[in-house]
Amino acid sequence: MSASEAQVPPMPMTDATLRHPEPVGAKRTSPPRWQDPLFEHTTRFFAVLVLALLACIIVALAWAAAPAMRKFGLAFFVTDVWNPVTLTFGALAPIYGTLVTSAIALVIGVPLSFGIALFLTEMCPAVLKRPLGTAVELLAAIPSIIYGMWGLFVFAPFFADHVQPLLTGTLGKVWLVGALFQGAPTGIGVLAAGVILSVMIIPFIAAVMRDVFEVVPPVLKESAYGLGCTTWEVVRNIVLPYTRVGVIGGVMLGLGRALGETMAVTFVIGNAYRIRTSLYEPGNSIASALANEFNEASDPVHRASLIALGLVLFVLTLVVLAASRWLIAHLARGEGAKT
Amino acid sequence: MSGRATGIYRRRLWINRINLAMSMGTMAIGMLFLLWILAVLFRNGASALSPTLFTQMTPPPGSAGGLMNAIYGSVLIVATATLISTPIGILAGIYLAEYGRNSPLAEATRFINDILLSAPSIILGLFVYTVYVLYVGHFSGWAGSMALALIAIPVVVRTTENMLRLVPSSLREAAVALGAPMWRVILMVTLKAVRGGVITGVLLAVARISGETAPLLFTALNNQFWSADMNGPMANLPVVIFQFAMSPFEDWKALAWAAALLITMTVLILNILARTVFRQSSVR
Repeated sequence: MSASEAQVPPMPMTDATLRHPEPVGAKRTSPPRWQDPLFEHTTRFFAVLVLALLACIIVALAWAAAPAMRKFGLAFFVTDVWNPVTLTFGALAPIYGTLVTSAIALVIGVPLSFGIALFLTEMCPAVLKRPLGTAVELLAAIPSIIYGMWGLFVFAPFFADHVQPLLTGTLGKVWLVGALFQGAPTGIGVLAAGVILSVMIIPFIAAVMRDVFEVVPPVLKESAYGLGCTTWEVVRNIVLPYTRVGVIGGVMLGLGRALGETMAVTFVIGNAYRIRTSLYEPGNSIASALANEFNEASDPVHRASLIALGLVLFVLTLVVLAASRWLIAHLARGEGAKT
Repeated sequence: MSGRATGIYRRRLWINRINLAMSMGTMAIGMLFLLWILAVLFRNGASALSPTLFTQMTPPPGSAGGLMNAIYGSVLIVATATLISTPIGILAGIYLAEYGRNSPLAEATRFINDILLSAPSIILGLFVYTVYVLYVGHFSGWAGSMALALIAIPVVVRTTENMLRLVPSSLREAAVALGAPMWRVILMVTLKAVRGGVITGVLLAVARISGETAPLLFTALNNQFWSADMNGPMANLPVVIFQFAMSPFEDWKALAWAAALLITMTVLILNILARTVFRQSSVR
């Protein structure tokens, strides 16, 4: 399916038709010449529309965020104050919340996703592959707000009663890391938000890992098995090194998802603009700040500050997602060159 | 010597067993979370399900009511968004697969489209707010549909392109050789050959936008009353869930669970439908 094959002249008869006028009946069968270019330009127009959307979003958000930027300048990004009464706004706390919840989500979500992808590609009986694969994908289909309700009413109490005391008793006593697990186990806070995020990003990371694990040439794996390697050794020494770039791409995709996830985080993070060492404390991510406050923000500066937060989030996810796409595409190309 | 060798062998076998068991464990954890969420949803939602959900409006706190206006609003907003995004997505997908192929424009569009596919939905709501809601000066169902359409378009573009790329060139060549112009070849031969796959893409897009809450917060907002006016604030299930679940009233919370069950069932059925009935991985 190369480019040259597609460029077969659409109407090879047209020139001849012009040179030798045909009878009226024959003319009706040859369609007007404007139809084809019109169709092509229409499709191209919509493709360009999609292409332009990204730039439009950035420009529109930057435009709307300008009042906040004029007032606070670059200090906006490093100030840890969010006070709608005195109209002083700084983005540091929500940015911190976004990064920390996403980091927690990756720490928990990546090993889980890897295990699931490994199970589905190397161990799963063929009969179960489809249903189990679909079940994992359904985790991604459940709307974010459902995760939020489940998180607030079911998971948070469970987390406070059973998981948090356990963590304080074990990890809480470890030097340096211990400070992260101190305080009242309320179930609501940065850690709970991160854990729920980790469940939400599993299907995305696992799907990419599964796809890249599948592209490993069977002959490589068979050679390793032939030398007497165990399944784990094949995965560890053949599959992972071969797909490293794609796996990182998948992790970045999960990170991109985690950064922008809104409703689930809004329900459980606690909506507090502060930076605390302990992960049990309530916090705020950029997305949850927007969901909680935007409709109540009546002052133009307040509104512009929230939009500026949105712009920060968008640029952050863009960079992560672009890197992810680039890495996955890179693996696909490299793979094509090798085989 | 042989004792040491079997020792190493045993160790390797055990490492293998432990790691594979852990892999199985992660799968179990994933399934556990899925079942846990669905079980909670059914337990809390089923008790709140009743026919009055479909015949009564969202109530003020402390009284009984239903979700009629929210269901109607959700259906209308999602349907409009689907009607906007499907043609745009399919046409852009056709360009990428049939005309653009490996041209720089197509490559760039593909890249941007893939990024938009995973972009935070709340940002798209914010975008529609700044370019539309701010100008007209009020929240509206149209704005909600626009935000949802922007989320759906990348999904439709991706599946349409992937599907069209499966069509063998010989099919196109045969149609061209019969004298068909390119646009007829595309619409009546190639697109028709992958119809099922494209429908799958649209269904998945509908499933994706049906549960989206964040983009509707700043666009369609909510409405306590019956409203068929797409030009005004409109009730819709996701935002009703958000408001009612966060409220301190038990009646509202029960309604939120019922709405959550309705939405999740719709989304899961659409997903399973798309994957089974219209499933297509090759050209028919």
